[in-house]
Amino acid sequence: MTIGWYLAVSAIVFVLGAVGVTVRRNPLVVLLCLELMLNGANLALIAFSRMWGNGDGQILALVVMTVAACEVCIGLGMIVAIHRRRLPVDDVDELRELQG
Amino acid sequence: MTATTSAWIALALPLAGTVTVAFGYRKLPGRSAGWIATAAIALSFCAVIGALIALQGKAPEHRQLTSSLWNYAVTAGIDARVSILVDPLSVFMLLVITGVSSLIHLYSISYMDEDRGNARFFAYLNFFVFSMVLLVLASNFLLLIVGWAFVGAASYLLISFWYRRTTATRAGLKAFVINVVGDVGLVLGTYFIFKHTHTLEFLQSFHRTTSGAAFGSQPNNGDLVAGCVLLLVGAFAKSAQIPLQTWLPDAMEGPTPVSALIHAATMVTAGVYLIARMHPLFEHAPAAQDVGAVIGASTLFVAGTIALVQLDIKRVIAYSTMSQIGYMIMGVSVGAYAAGLFHLMTHAFFKALLFMGAGSLIGAMAGEQSLAKMGGFRKAMPFTYGCFIVGGLALSGVPPFSGFFSKDEILLVTGERGGWHWALYAIGYVGALLTPIYTFRMIFRAFHGEPVQQARELEEGHPHHAEVPRNPETGEEEDTDVGFPGPHHAIAERERPMRVAMSLLALGAVGAGLLQIPKADFVIDDFLRPTFSDSSLYSTHTRNWLLVTGLVVGAVLALAGIAIAYRIWVLRPGIAAALQARARPLYELLANAWYFDAAIDALIVRPAAAAGRFARDVFDPRVIEETLVGGTTAIVRAGSAAVRAAQSGFVRYYAALLVLGVTGVGFYFLLQS
Amino acid sequence: MSAVLFFLAALGVIAGALGVVLLRDAFYSVLALVFHLVCLAVLFLLLRSEFVAAVQVVVYAGAVMVLYVFVVAYVGGEPDRFDLGRLSDRSAGQSARMRIGATVLGAALLVELMIALLGTGLEGVRHQGAPYSPGPETFGTPAYVGKLLLTRFLLVFEVASFLLLIAAVGAVVLARRRRGLEQDLQEPQAQLHRATPRDAGSMAEGVGGGPATQQAAGVLSAAVASQPTGSSLP
Repeated sequence: MTIGWYLAVSAIVFVLGAVGVTVRRNPLVVLLCLELMLNGANLALIAFSRMWGNGDGQILALVVMTVAACEVCIGLGMIVAIHRRRLPVDDVDELRELQG
Repeated sequence: MTATTSAWIALALPLAGTVTVAFGYRKLPGRSAGWIATAAIALSFCAVIGALIALQGKAPEHRQLTSSLWNYAVTAGIDARVSILVDPLSVFMLLVITGVSSLIHLYSISYMDEDRGNARFFAYLNFFVFSMVLLVLASNFLLLIVGWAFVGAASYLLISFWYRRTTATRAGLKAFVINVVGDVGLVLGTYFIFKHTHTLEFLQSFHRTTSGAAFGSQPNNGDLVAGCVLLLVGAFAKSAQIPLQTWLPDAMEGPTPVSALIHAATMVTAGVYLIARMHPLFEHAPAAQDVGAVIGASTLFVAGTIALVQLDIKRVIAYSTMSQIGYMIMGVSVGAYAAGLFHLMTHAFFKALLFMGAGSLIGAMAGEQSLAKMGGFRKAMPFTYGCFIVGGLALSGVPPFSGFFSKDEILLVTGERGGWHWALYAIGYVGALLTPIYTFRMIFRAFHGEPVQQARELEEGHPHHAEVPRNPETGEEEDTDVGFPGPHHAIAERERPMRVAMSLLALGAVGAGLLQIPKADFVIDDFLRPTFSDSSLYSTHTRNWLLVTGLVVGAVLALAGIAIAYRIWVLRPGIAAALQARARPLYELLANAWYFDAAIDALIVRPAAAAGRFARDVFDPRVIEETLVGGTTAIVRAGSAAVRAAQSGFVRYYAALLVLGVTGVGFYFLLQS
Repeated sequence: MSAVLFFLAALGVIAGALGVVLLRDAFYSVLALVFHLVCLAVLFLLLRSEFVAAVQVVVYAGAVMVLYVFVVAYVGGEPDRFDLGRLSDRSAGQSARMRIGATVLGAALLVELMIALLGTGLEGVRHQGAPYSPGPETFGTPAYVGKLLLTRFLLVFEVASFLLLIAAVGAVVLARRRRGLEQDLQEPQAQLHRATPRDAGSMAEGVGGGPATQQAAGVLSAAVASQPTGSSLP
């Protein structure tokens, strides 16, 4: 298959992730959708790496994975902390202290 | 010692006096503030004498000297220096100013003796003399304007000297505001003249005008006439001529020495000096000269009529001053420079003398100033009576007193100009008839007739003291807690300094006429000639028949006036009341000062007050606060509210905006390719 | 052969993504993501990036997702209900609008990307990719990636490891218990709303919108009305 197909798949995954971030209300699922977007970007990177034949894309994909891991770690830590303080974590909309 | 150095000293001494008294009054022992101030002016007078001698030692064509102390702003297009001009005109004015001022300072030492504002008074008085000397010595428009403004400020300070009196502070404000109108005229006039001559120095300015370089050789150049008329506005404000004369009667709220010095002898003559100094400009713009002559003539008539019905003794003398200055303005406007300035000098003597006498009389009356309440002081105050008689005769123009010669010379030159100036000549003689009437009305009412209670007490040896000090004009009780006016009322008969000053002035009033007896003696003419050498009107040859006619008519009118006054107020006291009843509207017109105050009130004061009320009630709250200030804040608030709506606080909303942004950027790049 | 595999893996990827977005239960979303990641690894293999594929499975699907599973089990969160019984009307309407808007936006973005990809005829994208030449350090092998990491991308490697350290420290900080846990047992709801008490100067109050300022405005207008209009001129 040509690289174009891989890029198309990557675009679809990325858009699905973006839509999910804005539509879903559970913060955990929002983070999951964020992961989706990152994966979409990863796929594009690997595809381009294959196209050019050098390893730059792969390295960057590895770094993206690292960053994603860190971000998941911190994000989940925050959710756990919020949960610990007995605040409802059902709805991201309820975390709107910065309104106005 | 050169003339200019002496002049600088004469300028510096009053300033030194002011500073010493103002800053050192706490450390000065007793009442020495007055003596220090008097000494400063007396020494200044000596310095002026020195300048005079030095000046006369030079050849006549070299008697216009300038001396510059430092350059204030000398750049391309402007030359503003701190420099003085010593020439016969300025030395003449200085002699009058410093001479009369030193005598008035001497008089004030007794007059303001127990006033708690004593030191302040002398500081102000010295400051005034300094400003006047600066005005006269200025050799460029800049310093003239500075001196002019200082003199106005000193006048304000001194008129409202007893500042606990509302009438005094109001009078001071009135004087200051009208003077500022004159200041504006002066500055604008300077601009018009500077625009063409491109120099602020007098001598250069005059030279460029007469040579035709600045305004062309044709007379009555538009800008020059405008400039000269504006200068005249300044002169009229300072010299209390119509229509800017309403401040002078109110200025009598100040202490009597102030009235004597500022509002008789010196400050009000600044306008006359201005026209005399600017004579090359005025001669190149005869239209402006005509304006000056007409205004001078009208003022002398109007003021003379008003003085006939005034009851406050100081106001009678004030209107008399206004009238006499009208003579001087008319004189220097028709080209009678020497005559006008000579009248200035003699007027300074006898008017200051009259004011001093009035001060003595007011002291005997314990602060009361109304002629209606005075009478029969002849026996109780012989010295004051004598001074009044001398001053009155000089003022009326009775030969051989000085007023006779000076006034008649002005009218002579006016008549010589011919044409429509004959009307001014006639008005001048009508005024010459009015003058002795109102002067001797004042003297007869105050000194003749039945002695009033205060006179009788004085005859017995103890001067009258009012139980409660009252404002002489409104009669309300005064707040003297601040220490002024002081309880002591000075009378000439009892105070030596007053007697010395008044005697010297009386001598001047009598003898100054000898300086310029027509056809015999030309001291003033010759002295002033170097200043006026470029004037085409400064001539001394006269038509003999006019001269003789004038002298005779003048003398006759003066004596007739005295006789009329004697008849009305001494022989048949009822005539005055009968006349007043018969000519009621005329009396009202004169008593209300020809309704000038009412007119100014209706035309200027009320609209201004209404404008102020409109601004306060309508403009400020509605336009400024609601529209401008409120509108701006409302716009900002609405804008912020609109922007704030974007800060919803919803995280997903922000994320959606991010995606939107990415889409937009991608779209842009898509389009680019 | 590879085409069939590609389509299968691609379908799996998209199905997993759809599952993450559409499934209501958070746990099912996590499982869907795991499935998605594995299919993505297959795609990576098809692109000759063995090492990255392996890392994807081991690290991403293996470690990160396990962490997710733990957290979801611990925190949970109720399944997303579309009948919105408990929530306020305002956020309900907002959610509906958001859903529609986000879908539209996503569609727009997708269309745009597709146009970008396909509209140009893919001239910039070569068709087949690099040729396959097997060996110890060929494209995609661990040795290949490792050599790159330690030579050309050394700084990136170090920084990434530093980032991991920071994340670990951050996680520990976030997760620690504070002293006085008992006071956390107070009203949870009120605590969220008590975070900005009245008259504490919220931005709404600062621009004259809060309830406290309405009260103050009443006082101010009364004071203005009672001011004297000034004395008349003397």
